[in-house]
Amino acid sequence: MDSSLFTQISVLSRRSVVRTLRQPAMVIPSLIFPMMLLAVNAGGLTSATELPGFPADTYLDFAFAFPLMQSAMFGATLAGSEFARDIENGFLNRLALTPMSPAALLAGLLSGVIALALIQAAVFLTVGLVIGVDIKSGFLGVPVLVALSVLTSLGFGCLGTILALRTGSGEAVQSFFPLFFVGIFFSSISLPRELLGGGWFEAVATVNPVSYLVEGMRSLVITGWDAQALALGFGFAVALFAAGLFGASISMRTRMERT
Amino acid sequence: MKALFSVTFAVAGRQLRRFFGNITFLAPAAFPVFFFAAFAGGLSRVGDVPGFEFAAGYTAFQFVWALLQAVAMGGAFTGFAIAGDFESGFARRFLIAAPNRGGIILGYVFASLVRTTFTGSLVFIVAIIAGMEILGSGVDLFGLVGLALVVNVAATLFGCGVAMLLRTQQAGPLIQTPIFMLLFLAPVYVPLELLEGWLEMVASLNPLTAIITTGRSFIAGDPTGVPTAFLTAFSLVAVFLIWAYLGLRSAERSG
Amino acid sequence: MERSYGIEVENLVREFKKGPRAVDGVSLSVSPGEVYGFLGPNGAGKSTIVLMLTTLLPPTSGTARVAGFDIVKEGSGVRASIGAALQEAALDPFLTGREHMNLQASLHGLARKERKVRGDELLERVGLSEAAARRVRGYSGGMKRRLDLALALVHRPKILFLDEPTTGLDPQSRSALWDEVAHLAREDGVTVFLTTQYLEEADMLADRVGIIDEGRIVAEDTPEALKAEIGRPSVEATPADFGKLDAVSKVLGRFGEAVPASSGSAAVRLEHGDLATVVRALDAEGIEMANLQLNSPTLDDVFLEKTGRSLEGSSDGEESDG
Repeated sequence: MDSSLFTQISVLSRRSVVRTLRQPAMVIPSLIFPMMLLAVNAGGLTSATELPGFPADTYLDFAFAFPLMQSAMFGATLAGSEFARDIENGFLNRLALTPMSPAALLAGLLSGVIALALIQAAVFLTVGLVIGVDIKSGFLGVPVLVALSVLTSLGFGCLGTILALRTGSGEAVQSFFPLFFVGIFFSSISLPRELLGGGWFEAVATVNPVSYLVEGMRSLVITGWDAQALALGFGFAVALFAAGLFGASISMRTRMERT
Repeated sequence: MKALFSVTFAVAGRQLRRFFGNITFLAPAAFPVFFFAAFAGGLSRVGDVPGFEFAAGYTAFQFVWALLQAVAMGGAFTGFAIAGDFESGFARRFLIAAPNRGGIILGYVFASLVRTTFTGSLVFIVAIIAGMEILGSGVDLFGLVGLALVVNVAATLFGCGVAMLLRTQQAGPLIQTPIFMLLFLAPVYVPLELLEGWLEMVASLNPLTAIITTGRSFIAGDPTGVPTAFLTAFSLVAVFLIWAYLGLRSAERSG
Repeated sequence: MERSYGIEVENLVREFKKGPRAVDGVSLSVSPGEVYGFLGPNGAGKSTIVLMLTTLLPPTSGTARVAGFDIVKEGSGVRASIGAALQEAALDPFLTGREHMNLQASLHGLARKERKVRGDELLERVGLSEAAARRVRGYSGGMKRRLDLALALVHRPKILFLDEPTTGLDPQSRSALWDEVAHLAREDGVTVFLTTQYLEEADMLADRVGIIDEGRIVAEDTPEALKAEIGRPSVEATPADFGKLDAVSKVLGRFGEAVPASSGSAAVRLEHGDLATVVRALDAEGIEMANLQLNSPTLDDVFLEKTGRSLEGSSDGEESDG
């Protein structure tokens, strides 16, 4: 890699990570809310394990993918709204006046997303293990789970970045947050697809890529090593990331319309 | 008394013009509709869990929770509006002009009731479209609506108190979070009897549990625990009425 | 070939989809080492020109060369030669002053050792050494502007663009920034392109002033020459008895054309006579005066002469420059 490009990526990544860590008011809710919802769902839906064909021993194990998925949404909104603020207050113009490469800026932004995703995954896994989540894929499954979770966060982080670049408004990016929520809930996050009842909801969940991301993560916890679920999970995560990166690059070029 | 009502109608009128004058009034209605669709649609098989007995089906079971969420969050959103009025200084006009300041609270409550009727109706329409079964009679439904309105008044008074104490839009999370917590720490997905562990304990202490359970019994045509539910709801109103008055006094002291 | 660190603009136009032409055929030339003041009210097109000259906004038509580079075809060459502090100090509230310097220096490709030395030197120069380790969130408006200026200078640019650098600052901070800009131009030979809506700022700092209104340059010269063009001073008279204002206006009307005056006063631009003759005429009418003053022409008078409006009044109530 070009050494100056490497320097640019490294300083922009550093800025992104430092900024994220210096805003506990934004980071802490992204750690607390997913865990709260996990606790409520695990408590409230314990009896769902008695449904014939339910694939896990406890609902806690089954629902453990939920906080990882929700944290990806938080990460996307955070990355998007932070970047939109840079656009709003002219900081992007300051950067645009330097010989900075747009690719370095994008890489820097996504480094912040990775840092947040790693913090979230570490916290969720620690809390999960303490409250009794049993990861069937064992010790080796943990880094794979983290990798899928980070890759998912990167994909959604790109979506947040696209929204920021297109709208240039933090408020507008925040207003998309409920849509991300819809994406999570209208998937197989709460019950396996076979138990969704066969109606419209199952049809929506089947075409919703979030279902496959969730099922990939979940397979590591409740099944062990399920090649198909993992292939679909990683496949969708990589596709989402690639499409997001492509979209973000185009949007970045349009926004940084330097001559 | 005349002064009280003139203030009430002035405050309520302005609130309602603001509410219906902007398309964003649909936003508070979107959340309960969303949760209703996600839970009733995605968790329908939970109704097949052994021991889950609810005659009207899972859609109706979830409708009651979504309805109570709509009315409670309607109160919270009124709280946000009050906080906004205080932050912008508009509420000071009310304090200066109102011969009876109790009318300010009553006005906000009245406006909240009107808007919650709108959002509640929207949830109801969506539920009917989704094929909700109603086994209860007209009287039962009247009971459910009555219970929902009392919950809305309680939530509005709670939001009103917080907003008037803090007088800033940053009061928003402090109004919303406790209401959300109460809603989710209740029997959301299954009846109380099917909850286990810590959630069962918390839910049995949660005042909303009695209200939700009775609400569900109304729609199933088998009203149970009606006096307890109404007593609980009116107790919440009484407590939060005092809370709202304390907030008003605090706002008066601060000028 | 030796590069000329000047600015040449020819018939520059920028149109936005909605609204009139923000910049409507501007031509100007700034010599190396010169301080050029671009004076005009909000919405006149000042910032749009700066954005085009700094390559952040492509022009609709026209050409411009900055430091000898074409702003459309040789954008990266332009950017390497210029420093810019744009409207509203764009800083990251969560980074410290020193972290900003390091980020900016790194992106400009300074070597690691040089980054630190250059950063410390500039922070010292703008009086922010002590605050360097503090997050920018806690800086005052003046401190932010000074940091903004230091950041623009990291890579030793030969041309500096300052877009309304003192808007919103208190008089003390404004004066400190003026000293620094004057120092840059006089001591370091930096070419400065400065936009402002403050007459005093343009008068104080600029070697030459371009007055812009509705996207067009309406006058351009040294401040002295522009004022000399107006030539005649004005007389403003305030009667002790407000009821005599009409009589005062009538008397003053004999000496020249009426110009706007403060409340309770009347004023004219002297076309003949001088202050002494005005005093005698008022005395002859038996009007007792509370105040009588002779005003030399200002850049506002120039603006008034060229556009029919006062610059000081026309800035109010508008939000941003287009």
